[in-house]
Amino acid sequence: MSEIRNMERALDVLCPMHVVLSNTGHVIHAGPTLQKLRPDVAMVGRRFLEIFDLKRPRAITTMDALLATAGTKLHLQLRDAPQTEVKGVLVPGAEDGQSIVNLSFGISVVDAVTDYALTSADFAATDLTVEMLYLVEAKSAAMDASRKLNQRLQGAMIAAEEQAFTDTLTGLKNRRAMDHVLARHIQWDTRFGLMQIDLDWFKAVNDTLGHAAGDHVLQTVARVMVEETRESDTVARVGGDEFVIILPHAKGTEALEGIGRRIIERLSRPIPFQGEVCRISASIGTAIFEPESGQTMAQILDDADVALYASKHGGRAQQTVYHPDLRLQAQNLSAPVGRSSAATA
Amino acid sequence: MHGLINRAIQCFVSDSYGADKWVEAARVADLDFVEFEAMLTYDDDITPALLDAVSHVLDRPRDEMMEDIGTYLVSHPNVEALRRLLRFGGVNFVEFLHSLDDLPDRARLAVSDLQLPRIELRDHSPTQFSLICQCPVAGYGHVMMGILRTMADDYGALAVLEHTGSGNGVETISVSLIETEFAEGRVFDLGARAG
Repeated sequence: MSEIRNMERALDVLCPMHVVLSNTGHVIHAGPTLQKLRPDVAMVGRRFLEIFDLKRPRAITTMDALLATAGTKLHLQLRDAPQTEVKGVLVPGAEDGQSIVNLSFGISVVDAVTDYALTSADFAATDLTVEMLYLVEAKSAAMDASRKLNQRLQGAMIAAEEQAFTDTLTGLKNRRAMDHVLARHIQWDTRFGLMQIDLDWFKAVNDTLGHAAGDHVLQTVARVMVEETRESDTVARVGGDEFVIILPHAKGTEALEGIGRRIIERLSRPIPFQGEVCRISASIGTAIFEPESGQTMAQILDDADVALYASKHGGRAQQTVYHPDLRLQAQNLSAPVGRSSAATA
Repeated sequence: MHGLINRAIQCFVSDSYGADKWVEAARVADLDFVEFEAMLTYDDDITPALLDAVSHVLDRPRDEMMEDIGTYLVSHPNVEALRRLLRFGGVNFVEFLHSLDDLPDRARLAVSDLQLPRIELRDHSPTQFSLICQCPVAGYGHVMMGILRTMADDYGALAVLEHTGSGNGVETISVSLIETEFAEGRVFDLGARAG
């Protein structure tokens, strides 16, 4: 008998989650950690399959069927709450008809240590469970630090992008931003208006009153354009004195012409600067993108540019809405003096 | 040096002495930033310069300050995760001492590019140990002193520690264990994760 006691003691140390079963499938002995899962109910004396539900292999209800699984992996679950899942393997025991089932938590160990207040002493000295718990914690802490870094980097990236898409002098969008917005609208394939706006006589302001006056004029122009458009419109400064406005809600030519007229009217008013007066105006060329027209970004920009040429040629402070006939006329016209390279945009 | 180490110094200063002191130390150390990122790597020269700056700003001798860093690392609630990870090393203080040999490997399991200095424990008797620490940064032995003193308390053990010298990039600490179960110690719950 003492030989069996010794055996049980050895198993308690080596496999603290084992059970010894009788030939009828009743628990004769339970390892100390396994018993800790149900501290109020002694496992000894109860039927093993009453305590545990065998999930895999399925449909095993008798001791004979259980014995036949010897040596293979068992998936079990405690029948009453907390219904912890365990893995196990059955081997024939020392005494005739007896068997030993060794159990372990598998991946459920992280919850199990909390549910059952387990300590290092509850696991065999050779068991890697405590190392695994260490790793789970260490990795979570490291991941947490990485996640915080990613969040900060993302914040910095958004700020940098914001900066990269903004014209610092006027606070308007820059050419890069305009390209993005325009490409997106063409992708959506919805109707929108595109205005190319060149300032008239801006170079004269710069040449006679200096750059500070020029900067002041550009900032005033930017404010006027923002005030005369909707929030959903995109106002961009795409060159020294060149602007583009994308108007996604342009209902028709009249609405666009109304906005263009107001912009020209307001920009034609004298702009005071340090006791001097700056006089400019604006020429506008407008094109409308029609859904399913198959127009590319370059084509719609070129249309607006052709219309802009016509406005410049027509005597400035004018606006023109693009029409294919304009191209024929444009071939017979030379570019107005002082025009920049917007046509190549 | 790994960002985690530099960040630990930063947290020590700002958690113990306030953010203003940290900003001052960063300026004295000639950093052109004030936040170390835990998961980035920094130039090796930064750390010794930073420690000198902190010692200057706090007006504390370098060795004392290094020991305070060690104490901070395993006792401040903001870095509770670290104390927990160290407690996984053993169920009592002696087991913990033995686990220090594995500390650099354990650290690397969690953060693969974190290189902690090698530590070697020699036991002369069941109560007499010496800990030989590789010290890429002078005074690392004093950091270990702070950690060991606090962990001894954590385990409820009574130990006398002495920094017995340095040379050739190695520092030695002698550990005399007076009693292993001197006080209750702090509870270590396997399942309780540090927040």
